[in-house]
Amino acid sequence: MNNDRSQVMNTLARSYQQGFVTPIASDTLAQGLDEAVIRSISAKKQEPEFMLEWRLAAYRRWLGMTEPHWSSVRYPPIDYQAISYYSSPFFGNPGAVALEDVDPALLATYEKLGIPLDERLSLAGVAVDAVFDSVSVATTHQKKLAELGILFCSMSEAIREHGGLVRRYLGSVVPPGDNFFAALNAAVFSDGTFCYIPPGVRCPMELSTYFRINAARTGQFERTLIIADEYSQVRYLEGCSAPQRDRHQLHAAVVELIALEGAEIDYSTVQNWYPGDAEGRGGIYNFVTKRGECRGDGSRISWTQVETGSAITWKYPSVILRGNGSSGRFHSVALTNHHQQADTGTKMIHIGANTRSTILSKGISAGQGHNAYRGLVKVLAGATGARNHTQCDSLLLGGACSAHTYPYIEVKNRSARVEHEATTSRIGEDQLFYCRQRGLGSEEAVSLIVNGFCQEVLRELPMEFSVEARKLLAVSLEGSVG
Amino acid sequence: MNILEIRNLHVSVQRKPILCGVELALQPGEIHAIMGPNGSGKSTLANLLAGREECQVTAGEVFYQGLDLLSLAPEERARAGVFLGFQHPVEIPGVSTARLLKEAFNARQRYRRLPEMDAIAFRDHLGAQAGKLGLPADWLLRPVNVGFSGGEKKRNELLQMLVLEPHLAILDEIDSGLDIDALALVAEGINALRDPGRATLLITHYPRLLDRVAPDRVHVLMGGRIIVSGDMALARELERQGYGWLEEVAT
Repeated sequence: MNNDRSQVMNTLARSYQQGFVTPIASDTLAQGLDEAVIRSISAKKQEPEFMLEWRLAAYRRWLGMTEPHWSSVRYPPIDYQAISYYSSPFFGNPGAVALEDVDPALLATYEKLGIPLDERLSLAGVAVDAVFDSVSVATTHQKKLAELGILFCSMSEAIREHGGLVRRYLGSVVPPGDNFFAALNAAVFSDGTFCYIPPGVRCPMELSTYFRINAARTGQFERTLIIADEYSQVRYLEGCSAPQRDRHQLHAAVVELIALEGAEIDYSTVQNWYPGDAEGRGGIYNFVTKRGECRGDGSRISWTQVETGSAITWKYPSVILRGNGSSGRFHSVALTNHHQQADTGTKMIHIGANTRSTILSKGISAGQGHNAYRGLVKVLAGATGARNHTQCDSLLLGGACSAHTYPYIEVKNRSARVEHEATTSRIGEDQLFYCRQRGLGSEEAVSLIVNGFCQEVLRELPMEFSVEARKLLAVSLEGSVG
Repeated sequence: MNILEIRNLHVSVQRKPILCGVELALQPGEIHAIMGPNGSGKSTLANLLAGREECQVTAGEVFYQGLDLLSLAPEERARAGVFLGFQHPVEIPGVSTARLLKEAFNARQRYRRLPEMDAIAFRDHLGAQAGKLGLPADWLLRPVNVGFSGGEKKRNELLQMLVLEPHLAILDEIDSGLDIDALALVAEGINALRDPGRATLLITHYPRLLDRVAPDRVHVLMGGRIIVSGDMALARELERQGYGWLEEVAT
């Protein structure tokens, strides 16, 4: 790789502080995708036969599918043969590397990102699985969690060590053929996080994954599976970043959540993939399928997301409300500045009786940003007494950006009550002037007003995440005030 | 040195001349009142001093503590100690008054190269000021002006003034919409900031506030100019007779 060039890019990465490249040797597969590539990924991960078969079946399905273009995002055709599907900073068997043997440059990368992997230095209440390109580098606090029967490990380890659970649940919420990107992910997924919380256990710390893309011209296809057994509780955080590069990179992840009877899962994301530069060059295509299923009665799944990064965001974290009395929640802040595009929202599928869902979406567009909320609320015939409340608010900064709301509502049960509210506002000259008259600079004023606009969502995030999200919003708004 | 000095100021809004040769000087320690009928340019003067972009200066000069005020951005004026109490304060959803004021206070501290106040110290400082205005502490945590009555908004403006301790306070109809008790509190707040280092410009329609703050000078703005100046006797005369008798002078 050309190091001079990456250094220049690092210097230019003023606003995007996570835009540095870690100079590290990597075991990277040649660009291109065929069955041999899939066999090679599976072999590198020493997977059992069932997993290889599952991947190959998904690949064959993917070959017959076409890339979806129903959303409002626009981008030039992706050449799937020009992507490398596996890149690892480890040579040989990644599962066998102890933290002591990990390249110090790699550990330094996470420290620079504020996520020390040494348990003695890490945040006391948060366990981290660190994924670097296609592999998990380290997973902290595993022993402490294991004492409670909690399984928290990389997906590769789970496939090797907890094959029974993986076989039972993997693809049970997002089947391999669900959509084009999910099928691609099922065929080539590399690493990701696996969590299992046993019955009645309240996870004593927040579990988290930090995804880092480092290598150029690779895609990251991680897969996360969280299972909360009966009456258990878990809070999960996801963070991500990538170097600043002038070419687009594809990130196509799948996240599946399963909540059994009485279980509760809170899943929070602060998405900070490289958004591209002010002219729209480079940035991550974030095409992600996230879905949870409230499988048991009285279970609850909550998605909270703050989306400030990526050139394009295409994701709809959804909840299937199968259990009676189960509830789903989607709280989202999506910010697009410069040439960023976001088409995001949720699906709430009410199957069980007395199921509840709430949707709160805050979209902010600045520069030439394009921001769309797309949501489906579907109440099936059996979902007697189902309730949904949806609120979508859009905030515009300047005249060149846009915001759209596409709510879809399908109700097949007469007792259901579905409410939808939407507002669009522009940051007013009066509000800006008021703040400036009190001594705030224009950008500080915009940042304060935007923070206020998102307050209801930000306060749902755990403390450290909330602070991080506020900072990110401020940084992402740089240059939005003319 | 005067705190504020306005020389032959001409201002247009949307190309329409509003101020046509305003002359005014405030010395340290003074409170001046500006009165005048609706549409005479009082709010334009207040907005111009605060740096509102829609106010176009076509001629004249304004000095604030010897600085060329017109060359400064609105936030620079604020940090240098100019405060505008708005006639119609805006609502800022999701942002508490405490949060806005902490940002504002620390922006001013940085400008003056003074140490910033941390959240806890600032909370105590703010709580003490709010107490003076009879505002409950939880009020500070409510979003700025959201759902406030007219009187509450005005008290919030005054609270901000007390916390930011400006050298020049311009209060645009701070007394409108206030009941008699609130008026007394507002007057107390204005008097509290009366000291030899500061000056206040009060824009009002009613002498009832002036009775409580005893301004040093009363000016009448009509047709874009200050046509007559005097003391409290002028304010009382206006209350009795209205502005009609001054129209000849204005034209």
